[in-house]
Amino acid sequence: MKNKKNSDDKRNFISIFYEELSNSSLTIIILSIISGFIMGGILVILTSPEVYKAFGTSFLSGISTSWKIVANTYSSLFLGALGDPAKIGAAIQSGDSALIQKAFTPFLESLVVTTPYLFTGVAVALGFRAGLFNIGAEGQVLVGAIAAGWAGWTFTGLSPWIHVPLAMLVGALAGGLWGFVPGFLKVRTGAHEVITTIMMNYVAYYLIYYLISSPLRDPNEVTPKTPWILDSAHLYRFFPEPIRFHLGFFIAIAVAILVWFILFKTTWGFEIRSVGLNPNASKYAGMNITLVTVAAMALSGAIAGMAGASEILGVTWRQSQALASGYGFDSIALALLAQNHPLGVILTALLFGLLRSGSRVMQLRAGTPIYIINILQSFIILFIAAPAIIRTIYRLKKQSVKEVSTSTISFSAKK
Amino acid sequence: MQNEKIKIILNYLSNYRQHIPGVFFILVALFIKLVLTKSIEPEALTTFSTNINHTAIQIPNWVFNTRFALDLIAGLCAGLGLYQIIRGFKKGISSIIGAIGGLVVLGFLVWGASGTSISFTGMLAVMVIRSVPITIGALAGILSERAGIVNIAIEGMMIAGAFAGAVIGSILGLWAGILAAILIGALLGLVHAVLSIKYKVDQIISGTMINIFSTGLTSYLFIKFLQDSQNQWLNESGFFKPYAIPLLSKIPVIGPIFFDHNLFIYAMYFLVILLSIALFKTKWGLRHRSVGEHPKAADTLGVNVFRTRYLACVLSGMVAGFGGAYFSLGSVGRFEQTMTAGRGFIALAAMIFGNWNPLGALQAGMLFGFAESLTTKLSLLQFPIPAEVLLMLPYIITMVVLAGVVGRSRGPAADGIPYEKESL
Repeated sequence: MKNKKNSDDKRNFISIFYEELSNSSLTIIILSIISGFIMGGILVILTSPEVYKAFGTSFLSGISTSWKIVANTYSSLFLGALGDPAKIGAAIQSGDSALIQKAFTPFLESLVVTTPYLFTGVAVALGFRAGLFNIGAEGQVLVGAIAAGWAGWTFTGLSPWIHVPLAMLVGALAGGLWGFVPGFLKVRTGAHEVITTIMMNYVAYYLIYYLISSPLRDPNEVTPKTPWILDSAHLYRFFPEPIRFHLGFFIAIAVAILVWFILFKTTWGFEIRSVGLNPNASKYAGMNITLVTVAAMALSGAIAGMAGASEILGVTWRQSQALASGYGFDSIALALLAQNHPLGVILTALLFGLLRSGSRVMQLRAGTPIYIINILQSFIILFIAAPAIIRTIYRLKKQSVKEVSTSTISFSAKK
Repeated sequence: MQNEKIKIILNYLSNYRQHIPGVFFILVALFIKLVLTKSIEPEALTTFSTNINHTAIQIPNWVFNTRFALDLIAGLCAGLGLYQIIRGFKKGISSIIGAIGGLVVLGFLVWGASGTSISFTGMLAVMVIRSVPITIGALAGILSERAGIVNIAIEGMMIAGAFAGAVIGSILGLWAGILAAILIGALLGLVHAVLSIKYKVDQIISGTMINIFSTGLTSYLFIKFLQDSQNQWLNESGFFKPYAIPLLSKIPVIGPIFFDHNLFIYAMYFLVILLSIALFKTKWGLRHRSVGEHPKAADTLGVNVFRTRYLACVLSGMVAGFGGAYFSLGSVGRFEQTMTAGRGFIALAAMIFGNWNPLGALQAGMLFGFAESLTTKLSLLQFPIPAEVLLMLPYIITMVVLAGVVGRSRGPAADGIPYEKESL
C-alpha cells in the first residue's frame, strides 16, 4: 500500500518534471545547441574522405574513424577556445605567474573575441525587442570604429580618464547616427529597415574605404591605414603584451546589464517592448511609437558602434582596409539564440566568442575549416526559430502555452 | 480673385513632397554648372569612343565640346527640376530620379574624360553584363514576394548556385552545371517555403538562416576540397562563350552593348519578358498576385494559397540559383569564396526600386550594373573624384527612392505575413 503510494508520487514528480522541462524554453535552447553540434558533426563526417575509405574496409572501422574525426574536431575547438586543461593545471601547480598567464591565453583571447559580440548582440536584441530587424550592425560597427579611432588620434594631451570615454562616445554617436537614419526613414516614410540598413552597410563600407585611402590615411604607410591611436586612448589591458584582454569586455557586460535594466525595469523599456509586440495596441494606449522606434534604432546603432570603438581602442589600435568583420551578421543568430534577452546575450556571446576563437585552432589542428562555425550557427537559428522541429525530433510534448517567437513584422507607416 | 491666387500658391507650397525633389534637381544642376564646368577650358574636347569590336558596323567616335555638354546636362536637370516643382511627375518620379542620377554620372564622365577619351560602348556593355546577377536576383525576389513570401535568402541561393554550377560544371559539363545550380536553388527555396509556410518561422529569420548556411557551407567545402591543388579539376568549369546574335549585333553602338554576350544575358532578357507576361497577362499570374495581396480573398475564391506559395518559393529559388550560376559559369569559370559579394542584397534593393515589376527590376539592375562598370573605368581614368564616393550613389539613391520622398514604392500587401487558414 505504502509502496504503491510512493511510486505514484514518484511518477507524478517525474511526469510533472518532464512536463515542465518540455515547456521550458531553456530546454529548447539547449537541445538546439546540441542538435546544431550534432548536425555539424555529421557534416564533418560526410565531408571526410577517410571515413569513406574506412567504411570500405569494415563497418566498425568506419564508425570508429567517424568518431575519431568528430572528436578531434570538437576537442581542438575546445582547446583553442578554453586552453589545455592539463597545461592550466600544471601552471597553477607551478605557481609561476608567467606560465599561468600563458596557459590562460586562449581563454582570454576568446574573451577578446567575445567583446564585440556582446555589444552587437545586445544591439540586435534591443532592435528585435522593438520589432526592428537591425541587419546594419556591420556598418554601425565600422563607422563606430573609424569615428572612435579618429577621436583617438586627433585629440592630444588628454588624460586617459577623459580620452577613452570621449572616444567611446564618439564611436557610439557615429553608430547611433547610422542607426538613426533607417529608424527615421522607417517612421517617416515606411521604408523597411532591413533594406535601408543593408544599404547603410554598403555606404559605410565605401565611406570608410574612402576615408582610409585618403583623408584619414597615415602618410608614412605604403598600404592604406589610419594612424595609430594615442596611448591615452588605449582601453586598459589587464595583462602584459601578448594577451590583449582589455577593459572593453567589462564595459560590454555593463552595457548588457544596463540595457536589461532599461528594457525590463523602466517605463521607456516597457514602451519599447510593447511597440515591438503590438504596435497598434501601443499606439491606442497612447504611446509615441514614432519616437520609440527611432530611439530604439538609434540606441541599437550606438551600442553596435561601441563594438567598433572597443575593437579599435582595445585591440587593433588602428584601422586598415581589412574591413568586413562579420560581427554584425553573426550577432543576428546570437540575439535570436538569447531570445533577445540582454542577459542571455552575455551567455550566447560567450558561446560565439569561444566558437570563433577556438575555430582557428581547430582549422590548424584538425584541418576542419573555420566555416563549420557558420553551419553550426545556421542550424542553431533554424532550431530556435522553429521549435516544432526540436519538439518532433526529441518527442517533447506540445506546448500548451503559445510560444513567443521573434517576429520582424513591425509597424510601418505604410498602413 | 486675389484669394484664389493665394490659395493656389499656398497649395503649391504645402505640397512639400513634390517640391523637395524639384529643389534637389535644381541644386544638382547648379552644382554641375558652377562647380564642374569651372575647371574646364572652353575649348576642351571629350571623346566617347563607340567601337569595341568588329562585329558591328563601325561609326565615327563622338567628339564634343566638354563645356557645351556639361551645360546641356545642367540644363536638363534644371528643366526636370522646374517641371517637378510646377507640375510634378506623378507616378514616373522613380525613373526621373534615376534619370537625374544617370545625368549626374554622365556629367562626371564628361568632365573626367575632358581632353581624353572613354570607351563609351565598352562601358555600357560591361554595365549589361554586371546587371545580370542583380536583375535575375530581383526577378527571384519578385516571384516569391508577389505571392507574399519575403525572400532575403537570394544571396545564399546565389552562392549555392555558383558553387554547384562550378563543381558539377567541371565534372559533367556546363549545361549540367546550370541544371545543378537551378536544382540547388529549388532545394533551398523549398527549405524556405517549409520553414516559413509550414513552421511559420518569421520569413526574414528563415532567409537569414539560409544565407548563413549557404555561405558557410560553400566556404567550408571550398577550403576543404577545392583549395587542394590535386582537386583543381573540380573547379575548372570554364564559362559560356559570348555569342553575337546575327543581325542585331551589327547595329552600331546598340549591337555590341546588348546583343554580343553569353547565354546568361539573353536568359535575363527572356526571363524579364516571360515574367512580365506570366505575372500580368495570365490567369496563373493573377492568382499568384492575389495570394500576395489578399490571401484570404484568394482562398475564398478557391485558389490554393499554400500550394501557390510553395510553388512561388521553389520557382524563386530556381531563378536565384540560375542567377548564381552566372558568377561561376557566366563570368570567371570557377568558384571563389564569397564571390557573390552581396549582390543578392542589392538585388532586393533593385526589386523594390523596380516596384516589384520585372521591367522595373531590369532598369534598376542596369543602374547598379552601371555603377559597377563605372568603378573599373574610373580607376583607369585617374579620376579626380574618389571612386568610392560615386560607388555610394546607387545605395543612397535606393534609400531616397525607398524613403518615398517621392511617392512610395508599394509592395504586395500580404508580403511577409504567414497565412493561417481559419478552422471552422
